[in-house]
Amino acid sequence: MAMLQVENLQVFYGVIQAIKGISFEVNQGEIVALIGANGAGKTTILHTVTGLVPAKSGHIQFEGQDLLKTPSHKIVAMGMAHVPEGRRIFQQLSVYENLQLGAFTRRDKAEVAETLKMVYERFPRLEERKKQIAGTLSGGEQQMLAIGRALMSKPRIILMDEPSMGLSPLFVSEIFDIIQEINKAGTTVLIVEQNAKKVLSIANRAYVLETGKIILSGDAQSLMNDDSVKRAYLGE
Amino acid sequence: MEFLAQLLNGLSLGSIYALIALGYTMVYGICKMLNFAHGDVIMVGAYTLSIAMSTLHFPPFLSILTSMVVCAVLGVLIERIAYKPLRQASPLAVLITAIGVSYFLQSLALLIFGSTQRRVESAINVASIQVGDFTISGNAVITLVLTIILMVGLTWFINNTMTGKAMLAVSEDKGAAQLMGVNVNKTIAVTFLIGSALAAVAGVLYIASYGYVGPYTGAMPGIKAFVAAVLGGIGSVPGAMLGGILLGIIESLSKAYISTQLADAIVFGVLIVVLLVKPTGLLGKKIMEKV
Repeated sequence: MAMLQVENLQVFYGVIQAIKGISFEVNQGEIVALIGANGAGKTTILHTVTGLVPAKSGHIQFEGQDLLKTPSHKIVAMGMAHVPEGRRIFQQLSVYENLQLGAFTRRDKAEVAETLKMVYERFPRLEERKKQIAGTLSGGEQQMLAIGRALMSKPRIILMDEPSMGLSPLFVSEIFDIIQEINKAGTTVLIVEQNAKKVLSIANRAYVLETGKIILSGDAQSLMNDDSVKRAYLGE
Repeated sequence: MEFLAQLLNGLSLGSIYALIALGYTMVYGICKMLNFAHGDVIMVGAYTLSIAMSTLHFPPFLSILTSMVVCAVLGVLIERIAYKPLRQASPLAVLITAIGVSYFLQSLALLIFGSTQRRVESAINVASIQVGDFTISGNAVITLVLTIILMVGLTWFINNTMTGKAMLAVSEDKGAAQLMGVNVNKTIAVTFLIGSALAAVAGVLYIASYGYVGPYTGAMPGIKAFVAAVLGGIGSVPGAMLGGILLGIIESLSKAYISTQLADAIVFGVLIVVLLVKPTGLLGKKIMEKV
């Protein structure tokens, strides 16, 4: 059984159907990518998984538990963290306070301190700037903070929404390296990206979305060589 | 010396406004709504105090505590019953509902207690202190000291407890706060609870200087405190404190040196001028977002 199983998911915004019956799965240890153009429904899917957007029908199972019946604020404690689109760090709080909030549901202070140490080791810049107000960080640093904040919950799976958005090419490579490292350290990754080339180079498998439907899926390598994918998403 | 006495009056009146303004500003910060029923919570607090002291013969401290508990529960109930179902509704619907709740509380008080104002024994009675020919009002000092303690306590609570940080997180981004595991409904309830308990204290202090309570007792301090919150920058906790104190001082000094009748006009005039120069209020900030 897959770690995360989405079956026949349908999501509406008012009368507009954003997700038209989508099924996919993420197995433990994988990096799975959802790629597709703007408006294909990638962000909506992640928002539905963590309960920020309600589903009309379908099933989402995470380690055997029904996520559609779980309130949003209880999901992180189940082992799923979400790095949302646009990062959505708490701009007016300090870097340290943002990280603290990442561990909001964890009660064991000693363990949280250990995770914090680990996050600082991975992102030394966050430690240098721990007292700085998060809104004054650069875009790349804010993305690091958003990922660090998610890691503070010690997730078994992490959902990432457009981590490369608005970043300089140098930072994009750095962020993708970090995502790979996080995965190697044992965290499963479900990632949504417009930068198909970059994400296919680190993913195990991928699903291609078009206007709320999955039109193609397979392992990342073969998708990279697929002519339609090349034309539509890789600009070749 | 006369000036110092007026200043102290202003400080103590301002502390009361500040305590009420905190409720407005905290609720606005978290729910982005103006809770116009907040002033009437003061009135309920004052009636509760009066019943606790005169009818139930509770000692002053217990009476104040009872008043705080009743107001806290009332605040949470108002949110649950009237505002929570409107979480996704238009701001206008919420505003009208808040005004409705305000009228409801006033009418309920009118029905139960009648329109005659009722004398309330003060729960706080501190003798005035005579320094030369200068009389320092004991109640004014107590009001000021109590307010400072509560403000320091509230600021500490917001910045040093996880519940406080959850409140800050919810006020900035409800969705992101949920992703952290913050229960937004519970956080909103806590905000109403704290705001209403502070309003109860403000009610006790207000009654200590005015001595009477009627169904509309909460209306004027409520509206002044709202002005204070906007003046300081609505949504900002230090702003509400500053706005309240400033408003109290301006009101007292205007009454003493300009004109009693014009005092309120001056207070609202200051608000208009501040908003013209700085639309976000004195400490209200517009965060520049980096993308």
